[in-house]
Amino acid sequence: MTVIFKEETFHDDFTFRNSPEAVKRFPFPFPEDSYMYSVNLEPHKSYRPGSVYERTFDVDEHYVSEMRDRARVLAEDPLRCQSLPHMTLAGWDLLELIMTSKAEEYPELFELHRDGAKWHWINRPLGIEQKFTFLDETTLPYGPMEYITRQTQGDFAVLDQRDDNLWMDAGMVTTQADWSLDFDIGMNFFEWHAPVPKAHEMGIFQRALKFLLNVRQGSPARRLNWTMTVNPLLDTSPENYHKWGVMKKDLTLENMGQMMHLRVELQTFFRLPRSNALVFPIRCYLIKLDELVTVPKWARRFHRVIRDLPIELATYKGFVTNRPKIVEWLSKYDNGAPTSPGIWPD
Amino acid sequence: MLEGSIPSRPVYGVLEMRPGRLHLMVADAEGAEAILDLAASAPPDFFAGAHIVYIPKKTGDRFVARLEHLAPAQIYVGPSYEAALPRLRRVLAGAHMGLQVYLAGTEGLMGQAMLEAMQAGIPHSAIQTEHRGSTVRRVQCVHCKGITEDVTHDPFQCSHCGLHLFVRDHYSRRIAAFQGVRVDAEDPGNIPQSVERFR
Amino acid sequence: MSAGAAKILVKVAEVTPVNELVTRFRFVRRDGGPMPTFSGGAHTVVEMNDKDRVRRNPYSIMSDPADREGYSISIRRDDNGRGGSLFMHRRVRPGMEMVISNPVNLFALDLRARKHLLLAGGIGITPFLAQIKQLAAMNGNFELHYSVRTTSLASYADELVANYRPRVHLYHDDRGEQIELPALLDGQPLGTHVYVCGPKGMIAWVRKTAAALGWPREAVHHEEFLAPASGKPFQVMLARSNKTIQVGEHQSLLEAMEEAGVEAPYLCRGGACGQCETDVLEYEGTFLHKDHWLTPAQCASGTRIMPCVSRFEGKTLVLDR
Repeated sequence: MTVIFKEETFHDDFTFRNSPEAVKRFPFPFPEDSYMYSVNLEPHKSYRPGSVYERTFDVDEHYVSEMRDRARVLAEDPLRCQSLPHMTLAGWDLLELIMTSKAEEYPELFELHRDGAKWHWINRPLGIEQKFTFLDETTLPYGPMEYITRQTQGDFAVLDQRDDNLWMDAGMVTTQADWSLDFDIGMNFFEWHAPVPKAHEMGIFQRALKFLLNVRQGSPARRLNWTMTVNPLLDTSPENYHKWGVMKKDLTLENMGQMMHLRVELQTFFRLPRSNALVFPIRCYLIKLDELVTVPKWARRFHRVIRDLPIELATYKGFVTNRPKIVEWLSKYDNGAPTSPGIWPD
Repeated sequence: MLEGSIPSRPVYGVLEMRPGRLHLMVADAEGAEAILDLAASAPPDFFAGAHIVYIPKKTGDRFVARLEHLAPAQIYVGPSYEAALPRLRRVLAGAHMGLQVYLAGTEGLMGQAMLEAMQAGIPHSAIQTEHRGSTVRRVQCVHCKGITEDVTHDPFQCSHCGLHLFVRDHYSRRIAAFQGVRVDAEDPGNIPQSVERFR
Repeated sequence: MSAGAAKILVKVAEVTPVNELVTRFRFVRRDGGPMPTFSGGAHTVVEMNDKDRVRRNPYSIMSDPADREGYSISIRRDDNGRGGSLFMHRRVRPGMEMVISNPVNLFALDLRARKHLLLAGGIGITPFLAQIKQLAAMNGNFELHYSVRTTSLASYADELVANYRPRVHLYHDDRGEQIELPALLDGQPLGTHVYVCGPKGMIAWVRKTAAALGWPREAVHHEEFLAPASGKPFQVMLARSNKTIQVGEHQSLLEAMEEAGVEAPYLCRGGACGQCETDVLEYEGTFLHKDHWLTPAQCASGTRIMPCVSRFEGKTLVLDR
C-alpha cells in the first residue's frame, strides 16, 4: 500500500477532505440501525486488509497534516501534553511499541535500527531521523511519550494501574471530543468519565474497568466511540470551546453536507511491559456527511440512529440543538429500505 | 451537607480517630467544630500527638479557645491558608509513615491541603475530610486556567479573563478546583441570569 | 477474548538446583527470538503435561526484566502439594519443550513511591529478585528484608548481599532472628510503600502491623498465590456448554472445566485477579470459597464462585459457563 499524504488544514480554511479510498475504509461505527452504550470491546487483531483495523497503528492519507495540526495546537497550549513524574517509564514503553510496530508494518515509511540501547529511528513522511539511547531522556528532544506521539495520529492517554483502578497520569491530547487533559490528569477511571450521562447507572464503566485491568501483554483490545463535529476540527477542546462552539450556529440545510462531520474514535488498549501501565490511544477519524452518504447503507442507517438517539446522548454529544436539521437533511437519503447487518458497505 | 452528584465530585465524610504516630489537623472556620466533635470521642492523650493548623476566617475567636483547650502538641492559628502553607509543607516534609491527616471546613481549604498531603506521598483516599460551613467553590476557568476563589453565583465572571462561566460538578484533585466553562460559547452574549448557588 | 494470556512456546534451557528444596528453571523461546520485556513482580503460568492432564501453575519471574534472552523461575518442592512442583522437580529436563503464558503482573511496584520497602519470606524472594534489578537500573530507593529458615535454604541471599549489601538485611529463623517489624515500619519517610511476599502468616502479620501503625492500605502491597486446595470430588452442571463435569479430589473446578474442553477465562489461577468469576445459576449445598476476590457478602449470596481455587459440597451446582 502506498499512501499519498494530503496537504490540508483542520482550522481556519478547513481544507480537510477524504479521498474516495479513505471513505471506503472509514470506520463506520453502527452495526445496527440504533445506538446505545455497550462495552463493545474486542481483541485488537489485524483484520480486513486495507481497513483501519489492519495495522497496530493506522497511518493514513491525513498523517502529515494531522501531525502539523498537533504541533500547531501544542505551540498554542503546551498543557495538552503532560506526564506525571512516575510515568516516564511508561512513555518509553509507548515509544518502543509505536516504533517497533510502525517499522515492521510500514517498512517503506519508517525504519528502526537497534544495537542494544543505541537506537536509530527514521520517519520518512515527516523527514525525521533520530539517534538516541533507549531509556535515556537526555538523548531525545522531548520526553519519550511526547516525542513519539508528535509522530503518531490520535490522542494518547497513558494509564497507571494501581489499587484496582486506572489513573490517567500522562497523555497527549490535541484531537479530543471536548475533554481537558490538563483538568483530568491524575483522575481515576470513574472520575474522568464522570460527566458521561447514563453509562454509570448502566454499570458500563464497572464492566469496562474490570476488562481493562485485565488487558494482558500481547493481547490488545479495541472499541469504537463516536460523536459529531461542525467543521473538520481535530481540536475540539474545552479550552477552545468558546472558539469552536460558536461555529455550530452557522449550520444550515445548505451547508450541512460539507460542514457537519461524523467523528469516530478508534480506541485501542495495550498493556505496556516495563511499567505495567495501560496505553489508551484514541484515534479520531472525520467524515463529511456528503462523503458519508456516498455509501447508501451508511446514509440510511445513520439517519435512523440520529433520529432515534435518546435525548441525553444527543445533548452530551453536543448536537441536540442541530438534531432536527441534521435529521431533515439525512432523511433525503433514507428510502426506508432495510440495511444489511454489520458495518461494511454493501 | 453537600449533595452527591457525579463521580468526580468529592464526597466528604465524618472525621474519625485512626491509629497513627502524628495527627495533623487542618481546618478553617466552622471546620473547628469537626475537630471538637472528634475530640469528644477521643481518649484523653489523643491530642498529645496532634498538630492543629487553624484558619478562623469569619468565625474570629469563636472556636480558638476551645481548640487550645484540647491541649494539642502544637497549634497554629493563622490569618489565611496562604500564610499557613509554608508551615504545612514543613510539617509534611519531615513526617513519617503513620501520619494521619484530618481536613475540615470549606471545600477550597480541604482541596488545597489534600493536594499538599498527596504531593508529600499520602494516597488521597487515606486522607480524612469533613465538610463544614460555607459551600462556596474554588473554580478554575478551563479557558484561561485562572482560579477564582469563593464563587457563590452560577454563572459567574472569571476573575482573570472576564468570561462568563457556568460551574460544573467536575472536580480536579490536582488543581483542587471545580471546572468553569464559558456559558455563552455557542451563542455569545446570551448569558443566563446568575443565581446564588453556593453560600 | 480467549482464556488466559497469550502463550509463548519455549524450551527448557537450564535446570539448576539452588538448594535441597529449590530448583531454578530457565526458559528460552523455541524460535530463538527475544522474550517480551516485563515489569518486576510479574508471573508466568507454566503449563505441565503431566500424564493425561494439564496443570497450569503461576510462578514469579525472577530474572532481570531487561533480559530478553530468557525467563528464570525458582520453584520450591512441595512434597504435600497437588503435584505441580514435584512434576517440575522430577520430570523437567533441559531441552524439554513447554508452553508458558505472556507475563502478567498482579504485584507491580508503585512507581510513585519515594522508597520501596521489600519484605520477603522464603521462596517469596522470587518476585523481588526481578523488582530489585528493575529498581537498581532506575536508581530506585529500596531496602530488602529477607527472612529465611537456615543459611543453607537462603536462596540467592549471597548474591543479593554481594550486589546490594547495605540495602539487604537477612534474618535466619534457626538463629532466632526476626524482622523487627514495628520499629522498621515506624521510621519510614512519607511516601514509602511496603511490599510483602511470603507465607500466609507473614503477609497477615505485615498487613496487620502496618494498619495498626496508621499506614494507608494503598501503601501496603502483598502477593499471595493460593494453591487450589484439594477436597471431596463434586459434580457441576455447566449450563451454557450443556455439560456435566466431575471435579476430582486433587483438581480445581477451573482445571476440570478446561479438561472438559470448556473455555473459561483466567489470569492468576490463585484467587486474586477476579478474571474467572462465574455466575451461579442454581445450587443446593455449601460453597467452600477460598479466594481473595469476592466480598463476604458476595460469598454469602451464593451467586458467584471463583473456580480457580473454590470448591463446593452438596447436591446440585449449576454454573453459567
